[in-house]
This record gives sequence, structure tokens and C-alpha cells, in this order.
Amino acid sequence: MSVIIVLIGFSLVVALGFLIAFLWSVKNGQFDDKYTPAVRILFDDKKKNSEKNNK
Amino acid sequence: MPKRDYTYLDNPDIKEKIIDFSNDKYTSITLFIPTMHCSSCIWILENLYKLNPGIIFSRVDFLKKKLELKFMNVDTTLKEVIILLDSIGYEPVITGDRDDSERLTSESKKLYYRLGIAGFAFGNIMLLSFPEYLGISEGSSLSFNLFGYLNILLALPVLFYSASDYFISAFKGLRKKIVNIDVPIALGISVLFMRSIFEILSGTGAGFFDSMTGLVFFLLTGRLFQNKTYESLNFERDYKSYFPLAVNIIKEVQLLATSIDKIVVGDKMNIRHNEIIPADSILMRGDGLIDYSFVTGEAEAVSLKVGDKIYAGGKQVGGAIDAEVIKEVSNSYLTQLWNNKTFKKDSVNLIQEITNRISKYFTFAVVSIAVISFFYWFGNSTAIAFNTFTAVLIVACPCALALSAPFTLGNTLRIFGRNRLYLKNSNVIEDLSKTKKIVFDKTGTITQIGSEEVKYTGTELSEEEINILLSVTSNSTHPKSLSIHRLYKADRKFDITEDYDEIPGQGVKGRLGSKTLLLGSATFIDNYLGSNIILDNIKSSTVLMINDSVKGYFSFSNKYRDGLYDLVERLRRKYRLSVLSGDNESERTELKNLFPSKNQMLFNQSPLDKLDHIESLKAEGEHVLMLGDGLNDAGALKSGNVGIAITENANNFTPASDGILDSKSFVLLDKFLDFSRTSIKVIKINFAISFLYNIVGLSFAVSGNLSPIIAAILMPLSSISVVIFSMVSTNFLSKRIGL
Repeated sequence: MSVIIVLIGFSLVVALGFLIAFLWSVKNGQFDDKYTPAVRILFDDKKKNSEKNNK
Repeated sequence: MPKRDYTYLDNPDIKEKIIDFSNDKYTSITLFIPTMHCSSCIWILENLYKLNPGIIFSRVDFLKKKLELKFMNVDTTLKEVIILLDSIGYEPVITGDRDDSERLTSESKKLYYRLGIAGFAFGNIMLLSFPEYLGISEGSSLSFNLFGYLNILLALPVLFYSASDYFISAFKGLRKKIVNIDVPIALGISVLFMRSIFEILSGTGAGFFDSMTGLVFFLLTGRLFQNKTYESLNFERDYKSYFPLAVNIIKEVQLLATSIDKIVVGDKMNIRHNEIIPADSILMRGDGLIDYSFVTGEAEAVSLKVGDKIYAGGKQVGGAIDAEVIKEVSNSYLTQLWNNKTFKKDSVNLIQEITNRISKYFTFAVVSIAVISFFYWFGNSTAIAFNTFTAVLIVACPCALALSAPFTLGNTLRIFGRNRLYLKNSNVIEDLSKTKKIVFDKTGTITQIGSEEVKYTGTELSEEEINILLSVTSNSTHPKSLSIHRLYKADRKFDITEDYDEIPGQGVKGRLGSKTLLLGSATFIDNYLGSNIILDNIKSSTVLMINDSVKGYFSFSNKYRDGLYDLVERLRRKYRLSVLSGDNESERTELKNLFPSKNQMLFNQSPLDKLDHIESLKAEGEHVLMLGDGLNDAGALKSGNVGIAITENANNFTPASDGILDSKSFVLLDKFLDFSRTSIKVIKINFAISFLYNIVGLSFAVSGNLSPIIAAILMPLSSISVVIFSMVSTNFLSKRIGL
């Protein structure tokens, strides 16, 4: 039975990882605009000068 | 070529107001561009560097219709960038007022954080409670306790972070002696938490953390759903966003673009065609032809002579004029409206909401059932008494009650939005459902601005006469001349007038070959002939005279919106209607046909009169819906229980209001009102459903049989069925009435 404790520990760590990823993505502004990025991905030109991040 | 003059963008004062950030290398700016509408727009706006290499970064937020730009100061200027945008068809709306979208984003981010944490805890606690659900908790006592402690750990952030808003709101409500819906929620959550802690620490049970976190998760989901916002629309605009940012001031001999809050009494302004006059002033030079339709509701442009007073907010539609400022912008006739107390009141009213009214009775009922069952069991066993007491509070937690309104109203908001009625928030729906009295503004609301109907009465005109009429009217920029010209133009060609003359405010005169044409007001013709031949009944018309003989006259009438007659017919049966107009009484008979005698009609109403009229209606206990469009309605819109602004284009300027209605959907007004009442009915049916669940749950609770698994099944089941009922019934009913 003790193996289940290890498994619980792992599952919690994995879940926590996803939670942190979610919180980070909200903080990063990935939920601010839910439309434009979906269109932007279809433009195939590489932008010459644009910066990588918006901040 | 850009349509506008952007020289004022070189003025550092004005630049300062509109840019986000600037250093010696680059400048960044966020622009609102209402004309972007498709994915190709996004492509071109994000590839602006191909058109102007000085632009180093551009990024579109399509839903907010915003463009974020960065450009190098050495390569280009703000003015060049704006002119570029204008010339490719994306004219930015430049106003000095900073919007509050930043604050909104941080609010909605917080909701996502709370929801994420609650969802995380909910899922994991369910997982850890599985042994308990399957009845294998007897296994090893070590793992049982471990799961229990882990659950406590997971529930803590939900209690202190995710659910904190409910505690704060309940506390605030109680302090004002209001039992709002958050009181039973907060009570339920805290009882759930304490009982669970007690059970786990004492080893007597598994606790109800799954129900508690699930409850918070569902409640937050409801809140997320309710928070539908129309990010590209602005419901809070005042006159500042209608007025220009800058105006040309004549200093010695040159023109100087000056920010309008820097204008002082005595400044001379140079106003060109189609520019808005930002301050009360006196006409110094040129022919004033001022369109006040947006400000006073007068449909017709007013002709002014040198020395006449011009009120702020009017739009010059003739040639360029010079005017001297006599009052600063904030003290002008129109802008004074914003000093009225209506604009200072805080409109938040907690007691109004339907859920809060019910929750008062609900809370008292639940607490008394809990107390009664406590005393009932107290004789037998103190432990069971405490168990039933807490079980009642847990199971009766008004999750379904609290979810009903957010989902029903949230979905109604979406249905309205699909039909081009954009409401500020879901509370407006309930206010809308109580409407008893509807007040319409005339110009621009029930009539269409810029589409006057011209009618000619008199002897029929020959082609030769039409030729000279077209020829003469082509010289004038007066709206009436333009309308008459449009009436006859079609495919006709016309010759060039000789001896053209225009007398402002009176009429035009021109000669073509042997024929002399006069077109103008009755007094204009009378003065010319030196007699009083014009009949009284055509005094307000425009008279046409060719070679000293009066041919006939043109009468102008407002064009009412399509379907207005049928709409009024439908509305009349259910509501009291009235019309407020800033215009004169010339349309009274026309309107009489539309609005029968018992409905009020008031003419010559100033913006303040309109506000006062609504206030007095409210004092009589009426629940008023005000429909308006212009700045002159701003006070009335704000003061009505619900104020809805009507516009030809939702991205145009509209004064502050509770909702924006696209004029195309104007005829659906009665359906919107009907459906708002339907929504409230759906909420009430939902309350009944949630009471049924509560009766089942309470019967478990008062008999002392509530186990965590029953709570964990009943709670989500009731929530989900309420949500499904809300969504399905609102969608179905909206289809049935044709929204």
C-alpha cells in the first residue's frame, strides 16, 4: 500500500505543475486576447524586425 | 490622402496625452481602430513595417479593436504613423481620455486565478476522496489520515483566496443590514470547512472538502460566465470623447493647434468644414452653418451671421469660420450638463437584484430549520444534534440559487448581443424587465439623421427648369440645397450658373441664360418681391421661384425609422410612451399619427429639461426606459432606470448609457423587453428547482443521515441541472420569439 503514497505525491506534483503553468499563462497575458493569436498563426511571413515579446 | 488634418499631433501637449511611453529612441502608443473587421485587417496592421520601416512593432487585439505600436523616433513621427493608418482606411479614434481597460483586465485575471486554484483543489480532493466514495476507507489508518490532511492543505487556499470575495461581500452586506446572496454562501462555506476540519482531526469522518471546493468552483464559473463584456464598446463616454482633442487657434497671423483644455476666453478659433466647435463662442468671420442635431436634437442646420453666438458641440457644415471663445470648454452651455448631480451619483444598488431579495428569506428559513433540528436532536444526543445542525447548513448551501441568475442573465446578454443590443452588464436585464414607461428622443432616435425626406408641391417642372434648379443648388453647401439637388440629380447633367448669390439663413439666387431662379425661405421671396404673397401654411417651407413666378415649394420632413409605426403599435399596448424632442413643433401632427393622444409629446426640450422630465417621472414612481442618441440626451439616459443609446454604428460615439442598440435592431425593441421578462421568469423557475433539491437534501440532513458522498452527489447535480435548464430554456425561448 505504501506505493500509493509515492504515487499520490507524484500526482500532486504533476497537478501542481499544471496549476503553476496555468497561473503563469494568465499572468503572462495569454488569456487577455482569445481571438487574435488564433488568426495570427495563419500568417506565414516571418517578421523581420519584430521583437519576440511584447514587454 | 488622409481625410483629416493631423497637424495638431505635432503639438507636444497633445502628444503627451495620447502616447503610452516615449524615450529618446522610440515611442509606443495604443490606438483604438473601430474599422478593423477581418483577419486581413490584422495582417496588414501587423505588417505596417512594410509600409513604414520606422515602425518596429505592431500588434493587434482584435476583440478590443486596439493596435499597439512602437516606432523609432529618428525614422518617423506620430503624425506620419497616424496619417499612414488613415490613408489605408484604418482611421484611429484619438481621444484624450485614457480608458479603464487595464483595470478590467486585472479584475478578470484575478477571477481566472481564483478559478484555477479552486478547480485544482476540487479535482485533487475528489481524487483523494475516492477511497471514501468506494467505501474502502477501513484499509490502512495511515493512508486515511494522510488523505484527510492533504485535503485540509488543498482546501486552505480555496477558503482564503478563491472564496474570499464571498466573505467580503457578505460582511459588507451585513454591515449595511442587507442579507445578500453571499451571506448564506459564506455561511455554508465556513460551516463546511469547520465541520470537515473537526471530522478529520477527530478521526470521525472524511469531511466535506470535495463539496466545499466544488461549490466554490461552480460559483466562480458562474461569475466568469456572467462577466460577458463588449470590450470594444465604451459605455461611459462623456462629451470629452465627442469633442476634438485640439483646435486651431489664430495667434497673430499663424494657426496653432491647441489642446482644448488650454483654450481660454478671447482665443480666436479657426473651424473648418465638418469640425466640431469645442467651446461657446461668437462668430467673427465666415458664414456659420451649424449642425446642432447631436447637441440639441434640432434636425436642421442653423445659419449664423457674424456676431451670432455658437454653442459648443455644434458642427460647422459650411466653409471655414473664425470664432472667438466666450466661455471655456468645461463651462459651456452643453458641458454644464455634466455638472448636474445625476452624473455624480453612484449607481450601484445591491438590494435591487432578484437573487438578493430571495436570499433574505432563504437564509432565515435555513437557519431556523437548522436550529429547530438541533433542538429536536439535542434531547437524544449532543453529537447528533451538532451533526444535523451543520448538515442542514451544508446541504442547503444556495449553490443552485446563486448560479441561476449568472447563467440565465449571462446567456440573455449573449442573445441580446447577437441581436445587436449590447448591454453594459447583466444587472441591466432585470431593470429592463421592470419597464413601464418608454421615453423616446426624436431626432436620431425615432428619425434617421441625415435622411430628410424632400417633397415638392406645385406646378410640374420642365427639364429646362430642373436644369437651372440643379445648377443653382450645386453651388450651395446648405443641407437643404444638397437635399433638393439630390432629389433631381439622378443621371442629369446641368450647366454652370451665372450670377450666383447666397444670402445666409435666407436663400440662394442664380441666373442661367434668360432665367433667374430664387430658392429660399418665404421671407426671402417676400422681401425680393416686396410684397406678402406667400401663404401662411407654407411659411416653413422652401419656396421656388423662376422668373418672378412662384412655381411651388419644397417641404422637408424627417424620415422615421423603418418599422417604427408597427413597433409603436406593439409597444403601446404594454407601455406608456412619450416623446421628448429638442426640435420645434413642426412635426407635431406627424407624430400625433404615430403616438396617440394619451401619450405625451414635449418639444423644444433643452438637455437639462430632458433630464428633469425623467427625474419627475421617476419621482411619480415610473420605471423609465430612455432611448436617445445624442449628447443632448446624455442627462436623460443617465437618469432613466435604463438608458439605451441608439447608433447607426456601435463603434461610433455614444453618450454614457446602460446599453448600446444598433439602429438596425431598433424594431426588435419590444422583443428585447419581452425577453428580459422571460429571463426573470426562468430565474424564478430555477429557484423552484433548487428548492426541490434542497427539500431532498434537507430531509437527509434533519434525519441525521447526510454522508459526504450524498453531499458530493447532490450538490453538483443540483448546480448542473440549474445551469442546463438556464441555458436550454433561454436559448429555446429566444428562438421562439425570434431573437
